[in-house]
Amino acid sequence: MDQVIVQILNGLDKGSAYALIALGLTLIFGTLGVVNFAHGALFMIGAFCAVTLQRILTLSSVTEDPTRTDFLGNPMKIETPYVESWFGEAIGAGIIDWSVPLAIFFAIPIMMLVGYLMEHGLIRHFYKRPHADQILVTFGLAIVLQEIVKYFYGANPIQTPAPDAFTGSFDFGVLLGFDPLTIMYPYWRLVYFAFAALVIGAVFAFLQFTTFGMVVRAGMADRETVGLLGIDIDKRFTLMFALAACVAGVAGVMYAPIVAPNYHMGMDFLVLSFVVVVVGGMGSLPGAVFAGFLLGILESFASMPFMVDAIPGINQIIIYLVAIIILLTRPRGLMGRKGVMEE
Amino acid sequence: MLGLRKKDAGLLLLVTVLTVMAPVLLNPFPVDSAMAQFNAGYPDLMQRFVIFGIFAIGFNILFGLTGYLSFGHAAFLGVGSYATIWMMKLLTLNILPGIFMAIVFAALFAVMVGYISLRRSGIYFSILTLAFAQMSYALAYSVLTPITGGETGLQIKPTDTPLLANLEPGEIGRASLFGLEMSQSSIIRMGGWEFTLNVGYYVCAMAMILAFYMAIRIFRSPFGMMLRAVKSNQNRMYYTGLNARPYTLAAFVISGMYAGLAGGLMVAMDTQVGPERMFWTASGEVVLMTILGGAGTLIGPVLGAGMIKYMENIVSKINDQILHTWFAFLPDGLEDAVVAMIYPFVGKGWHLTLGLMFMAVVIFLPGGLLEGGDRIRNAFRRKRTGKEDTAKQRTPAE
Repeated sequence: MDQVIVQILNGLDKGSAYALIALGLTLIFGTLGVVNFAHGALFMIGAFCAVTLQRILTLSSVTEDPTRTDFLGNPMKIETPYVESWFGEAIGAGIIDWSVPLAIFFAIPIMMLVGYLMEHGLIRHFYKRPHADQILVTFGLAIVLQEIVKYFYGANPIQTPAPDAFTGSFDFGVLLGFDPLTIMYPYWRLVYFAFAALVIGAVFAFLQFTTFGMVVRAGMADRETVGLLGIDIDKRFTLMFALAACVAGVAGVMYAPIVAPNYHMGMDFLVLSFVVVVVGGMGSLPGAVFAGFLLGILESFASMPFMVDAIPGINQIIIYLVAIIILLTRPRGLMGRKGVMEE
Repeated sequence: MLGLRKKDAGLLLLVTVLTVMAPVLLNPFPVDSAMAQFNAGYPDLMQRFVIFGIFAIGFNILFGLTGYLSFGHAAFLGVGSYATIWMMKLLTLNILPGIFMAIVFAALFAVMVGYISLRRSGIYFSILTLAFAQMSYALAYSVLTPITGGETGLQIKPTDTPLLANLEPGEIGRASLFGLEMSQSSIIRMGGWEFTLNVGYYVCAMAMILAFYMAIRIFRSPFGMMLRAVKSNQNRMYYTGLNARPYTLAAFVISGMYAGLAGGLMVAMDTQVGPERMFWTASGEVVLMTILGGAGTLIGPVLGAGMIKYMENIVSKINDQILHTWFAFLPDGLEDAVVAMIYPFVGKGWHLTLGLMFMAVVIFLPGGLLEGGDRIRNAFRRKRTGKEDTAKQRTPAE
């Protein structure tokens, strides 16, 4: 029993990342009808926003301390981050410690801008081109984006630690009446799950309860009619693209402490999140979220020892296996709408 | 000639001449000159040119003709590679049986994958093929280690004693074709130039010319016509009472066999294989090659393959010191600025150039580099005759 709970918990944080990326992909696909292969790159850019903010915050002034010497006998150099000298040591250290959560606020405007530029500069010209062309051009864009990041940040993963308050593990089992230390779960993953739930909830609420969201939903259902009603739907869809970029970006920011960001992390996630989108059903937002969590949890269940003993290698292929079965038995995915991408 | 139209025969002849002369044509610079690093005429790279050419020709039969975008073609290449290396480990060091088995196994695997994947089309087809390829990769990497060697892959080792080869104990077997070793080459020196004629390269080149000839025949056959019909309008095909499935499956299997042939040749050249050959980025690479050169054209994919492999091996070697020597004639400050501007695009950053080039091709030249060539030629022709040639601008049927 405790094993089952551990696996569900393990599946949740990976599932959250899948769900967030798939949600953004589906938003873009549902509104603009564009298959965006560069979405993984947006996730990666988000993670590097966290890295960048951390670097900015730790920019330091170097002073020499003549009373101490380093191992070479030269005067010891002491680095004091500017934030610490401006705000005092305690607050400054606190800000640096919390750089990853703070990076969300840093990332949102950047991702908005990136999304807006991408839509205006490139994607806009591909609405009328076939899906294959869209896939190819965004695939090219993903390569370009990741090479740019590689140029500035190098090819090695960069550690971006979570705030100290969240570094330990949480003894989840005690809450449920198990013995202590049976179900340990890192705090940050719990935070990530809560954060993902919050973002997903916010996106749904935005679409469901605001006038803007209503118009966007109407546009998803029937773009032409909304246009005939005199609403400039393209402008709103551009904004939705920026929003989707934001969702991918903040997902990346918060993921940075879980897996140290490197330039190809986007590509690694992209393939899986496409599988997630297709399993959930192209154009279905709840489907994307549901499939994200489902596949995340299935993946961690499949890596349980007795599963691996029963069917060797199942943990490696489960996601693809499920995807193949679902695609062949349910042509529209789990929750796909009728008429979307049916050929 | 050979059942080809005059134009196609000319194309085949051109390709034959180019591949046969490649060791000379690709080494235009004397060995000692500063430009020698642009020489691509060394066996290892030339072999890669033609092997990936074969791979791309095969991919193009599926994607270019039927429009089905497979994102998992590297799996067939991998299967072919494993089949060949096992033949060479167990049976004989002659490469022919190995390559034959590579094609057979790739075909069998392609029948299986194609039969299932072709139930869907569009992006679903892409995802299905991707899923199959990733599954093969993951399995080759982990569970199938006894067959695939897992992470380390398979090499020919001193302990391997193929049945039909008379090896001294401890001697490492080398791939050969009826006694002619693949690594054998003769070097011709002419003045400052040096040309390497390698046995392995010519074996690959023969295979590519043959593969190219087959591709021309397929493109011009009624079967190829059917495949084009699938691409342009599958529904209309159904309404005329034709079932598209057998045709698409045949195209899928044929292109899988081409991939198997490429995989087999790869092993025949370097006698080793690893699972990373099946990773999805390898499948993405062949897509890049085909699109870059021009999908649906005969020669385009080969050009694309050559271009990408050239960049991967030659452009990636340019480092900042070389750049500095090139621009040494400029004043110092300007020199640094120019080098700083170019440097991100060469050397380790060659992927960036590739990505930008690929995007530019998809945006401006959907027909690939060949379309670019056509446009330039048309522009010149128009200038000369002074009028538009309207015969070329056919209107589509719909």
